[in-house]
Amino acid sequence: MNQKRNLKITALAISATLSAFTVQAQADTLRLLTWGGYAPDNVVEMFEKQTGHTVEVTLSNNEEMIAKLRATGGGGFDLAQPSQDRIAGPQAEFGIYKPIDLSKIDSSQFIPSMLEATKGNTSVDGEVYGVPHVWGTSGLVIDTEKASMVKDYIDLCSDAVAGKVSYRLKRPTLIGFAYSMGMDPFAAYNDEAAYKDIMEKVEAKLIECKPNVKAYWGGGDELMNLLRSGEVVASMAWDTGGWKLNSDMPSITFVAPASGALGWIDTFVLPAKGQADDAAYAWINFVMQPEIAAMITDVAGNFTASKGADEFVSAELKAKYQASFPPEDVDNIKWYPPVPAGLEVLEGSILDRVNAAN
Amino acid sequence: MKTETKIGFILLITPLLLWLVLLIIIPHIDMFLVSIRERVGVRQYQSSLANYGTFFEEPLYIWTFVRTATMSILATLITLVIAFPASYYIAKMAKGRTQSVLFLLCLVPFWVSEIVRTFGWMILLRETGLVSSVLQWTGIVSGPVEMLYNDTAIMIGLVYTSMLFMVVPLVTTLESLDDQIIEAAYDLGGSGLSILREVIIPHAAPGIVAGSIVVFMLTLGNYLTPTMLGGKDSLWFTELIYLQFIVRFNWELGAAFGFMLLLLSSIIVWSVLRLTGQTLEKTMG
Repeated sequence: MNQKRNLKITALAISATLSAFTVQAQADTLRLLTWGGYAPDNVVEMFEKQTGHTVEVTLSNNEEMIAKLRATGGGGFDLAQPSQDRIAGPQAEFGIYKPIDLSKIDSSQFIPSMLEATKGNTSVDGEVYGVPHVWGTSGLVIDTEKASMVKDYIDLCSDAVAGKVSYRLKRPTLIGFAYSMGMDPFAAYNDEAAYKDIMEKVEAKLIECKPNVKAYWGGGDELMNLLRSGEVVASMAWDTGGWKLNSDMPSITFVAPASGALGWIDTFVLPAKGQADDAAYAWINFVMQPEIAAMITDVAGNFTASKGADEFVSAELKAKYQASFPPEDVDNIKWYPPVPAGLEVLEGSILDRVNAAN
Repeated sequence: MKTETKIGFILLITPLLLWLVLLIIIPHIDMFLVSIRERVGVRQYQSSLANYGTFFEEPLYIWTFVRTATMSILATLITLVIAFPASYYIAKMAKGRTQSVLFLLCLVPFWVSEIVRTFGWMILLRETGLVSSVLQWTGIVSGPVEMLYNDTAIMIGLVYTSMLFMVVPLVTTLESLDDQIIEAAYDLGGSGLSILREVIIPHAAPGIVAGSIVVFMLTLGNYLTPTMLGGKDSLWFTELIYLQFIVRFNWELGAAFGFMLLLLSSIIVWSVLRLTGQTLEKTMG
């Protein structure tokens, strides 16, 4: 008797669980792997209200995104946002993304040139893997009162700012220094010997420059603290970091280096084992609407690839952008081309040697 | 009756076995397989020992490896030297309420996470931080002093983080030492130092070794403290492993590094046990 009742309860429980699953399948959960500021609470709320999907946001960075997706073979998330130069290489190597069905995306909402460039850079075997979302640059963040002589990356090594400099020990630093030393690393991307030659010159420069560095920064907040306290007066950083500090401390701002700021575009990609593609497409089309894109710009600080969104962005941010980027500097931005597979190993050993040098 | 105890035994042992097999043994086998794999082209791999070869060929890796081991041993010794008198006071001199309060004080820092504790040290030690400001205010130094981003800062952070794990085993073993034995030693004409050397330390040896092993392991495998407090020259071996796995996408080399670290800690723990004449059963039981 008792056993029978137990059985009934179990059956009930199972059917309840099953029905819970079917309910979930209709209104999807979108597991979004993104950067801080790209999915603000108010945007998520509007999206959930409008579509009935729920959004789970996980914050990360380029390297961690790829490492996470690689560990699961592209599972665990339904939509990710790595930079456009980090899509083709990892896709060829690890197969962690699936092609984007461009017919499900409202391409009229994108700035055409940016969409085409991203499509080209994220193509593997004729399939497109990414569409653009947020773009920005990295360059110099300096205290204009104490380090106005810093005009290019290479000036970070000058005696005037000795001991008050910070940059990351990562690939953007190598690329930036190469450009400011008058070389063109992007042109040498597919010629490993030439690239190695450039990197070795950069290595020598970075080792020579090491006594100038107060600390290599790792996270954005760490750098903000260093600059805010005045312990560092010149650094390599993202434009938004400089603009954010500029609102509290007018003397600190972002400056596009003489040799050109480095431009990045963060994209939308579908992880290979994503389970909510419809919700993912819905999210892409939703956030690319000009009004919504402007809301993201206000939080993240960076502009988006959404056509016409500039009109809705706050005047304050626009003014900061125009102050840092006179028109000729915009044309001088060096956009990251896709990183060929295997190049990171070469750069890694250079960075290791800089780290080890005394 | 007998079958019942057997079922009980199986039920009790299952969680432990599951934990060991699923979370320790299987991942390690997998990691080992990854470490003996070499990338020869896009999605092409062959098995070889090339990753271990890279480790021994690149001076930076070996140097960091040795540095991490040396600093971990030093941190363990410093922790022991600081923790021993404190534990002795808690176990033998403090009584009743004071004893529990003191013990609690050792625990308090662990109510916040390691990252908050490390940030605390950063606030204290940085150039515009508390210590630097106080020193300038009292006129001991004229300009700001930077105490962060060097090996001393790492050492302070590591010792602070591991203190509790040394105090707990020491207090436990010292409490089991009968006060009368110490009194008898004094009656027989022993000096403070000779009693410490011949009565207290031998009795506390299992606690000392157990505490040292735990602290050493924690320090060697610590990632947060060396990364946050260390400067541009302060590399830690776990940092290299993280770099290979996450930044360089080179899981093969990272896995090989992981195994080298496992090997290193096993060798050091084993030799400490041999040197002190302790066995793992005695110290952990």
